[in-house]
Amino acid sequence: MTLLESRHESHADSRTAKALDKPAENLAFQAPAKPGRLVDLFEYGLDSPICLTWELTYACNLSCVHCLSSSGRRDPRELTTAEAKGVIDELERMQVFYVNIGGGEPTVRPDFWELVDYASEHHVGVKFSTNGVKISPEIAQRLVNSDYVDVQISLDGATPEVNDHVRGPGSYATAMKAMQNLFDAGFENFKISVVCTRQNIPQLDEFKAIADKYKAQLRLTRLRPSGRGADVWEELHPLPEQQRELYDWLVAHGDNVLTGDSFFHLSAYGDALPGLNLCGAGRVVCLIDPVGDVYACPFAIHENFLAGNVRSEGGFQEVWRHSELFAKLRNPQTGGACTSCGFFDTCRGGCMAAKFFTGLPLDGPDPECVRGFGEDALAKRKEADSIPKPDGDHSHRVPREPRSAGSRPVSLTLSLRRPESPPVSACEDNPLAGFRP
Amino acid sequence: MAALDLDSAWNLHPQVSVRPEPFGALLYHFGTRKLSFLKDRTLLELVQNLNDASSVRDACTAAGVADADLARYQNALGTLAASNMVVERPL
Repeated sequence: MTLLESRHESHADSRTAKALDKPAENLAFQAPAKPGRLVDLFEYGLDSPICLTWELTYACNLSCVHCLSSSGRRDPRELTTAEAKGVIDELERMQVFYVNIGGGEPTVRPDFWELVDYASEHHVGVKFSTNGVKISPEIAQRLVNSDYVDVQISLDGATPEVNDHVRGPGSYATAMKAMQNLFDAGFENFKISVVCTRQNIPQLDEFKAIADKYKAQLRLTRLRPSGRGADVWEELHPLPEQQRELYDWLVAHGDNVLTGDSFFHLSAYGDALPGLNLCGAGRVVCLIDPVGDVYACPFAIHENFLAGNVRSEGGFQEVWRHSELFAKLRNPQTGGACTSCGFFDTCRGGCMAAKFFTGLPLDGPDPECVRGFGEDALAKRKEADSIPKPDGDHSHRVPREPRSAGSRPVSLTLSLRRPESPPVSACEDNPLAGFRP
Repeated sequence: MAALDLDSAWNLHPQVSVRPEPFGALLYHFGTRKLSFLKDRTLLELVQNLNDASSVRDACTAAGVADADLARYQNALGTLAASNMVVERPL
């Protein structure tokens, strides 16, 4: 057995070295089946997470239909600046090398840049996901000067029609402007993050061209039925033949495209894709939400996957190391109905959150099982109203209207009421002045 | 990749952080954003000894590496050198 394995987020080679994408995000490699492989060690969990997602706020200027965290409105209980800095101190002590910050739209928090600077000063690297709304030329310039900060722009269509259908009117233009600003500032290798949908799978080459144009790196991830995504999953998730198209595309581009280890359920098509091929929930990854709740993974905001809160005694470290839920997750996965499948070793039954929010048993096939077992299971599942609903909804209460093209001024009806007498003077000392029964 | 000279002196790259884990350790390079996994506690000790040792050989001895295993650890360090996790100490 070798003594070490290395991964590089941008030089992963899916076919030879079995390297990975984001070191943190997907840790590693698809190790060959042999004793001492890391995937087996990771099943028992680590002293600290490798990859931690931290959603700073539920506030968002957009209302993407597939939002994992049903974001929109800020939650009044969100961590204060001081509390957030306390979490960063703790991550530094636990040697969490970097965090993936998201939301909501994290940059709308007034203390966002202060927290990013604080994390950098405390040796906690930051990669933050944004729709680009605050990435001005000035901010882009500031980002390019920071070694500890990486940026990820969300884009779910290579054209405005496809993107804005999911992310809302004007969001394509906002993202492209942000990319232009980063490019102009000389920020190389920022990430463009795409959630793969039925509508955008035909655009994979166009996404790659956009990434190349801006000297950025493309990252493709899987649509999950989490948050508001549960409402649109049926409409947006890729068709079976598109899954095959995606797999072939990923195999062809393995070296240069990140996936966040999203697609290991596709490995049953043939060669395993680069990645850990292990559900990392509670073992090597977790989520801290805006109010400090710690969940097993960013796709599982539900009380069944809630391990604790960073505000409780012992803080995040106590939750990570000693929560009952995480202890339970840190055992080798059992295959259940999938055990007899020849592909279980690479697909591992797929994504826990995808199964949970489509009402499938956690030890059965993934709803998008490439062998079709997921579709069978979906057809046989119980009443639709027994499917678990994501916890917490911070969605905007009214649908947002387009802000620019197509929007019209709101008409108000102004009426005029003529007073019967002059207004009562502020100096009037009779308490009943102006009162007419 | 040329084998790393056992009599040369090396340092951990200043931008590299080491996190011990039950199975060995994680190394993270903040400059390259690259992660490496050390799958062995002896290799961890060796890496931790580097900065204070006058040579790779000394660091290996201090970590308790047997002569028969020297080549394996020399190789592992070579891999870390190739990814800039460890750098040769300037004379």
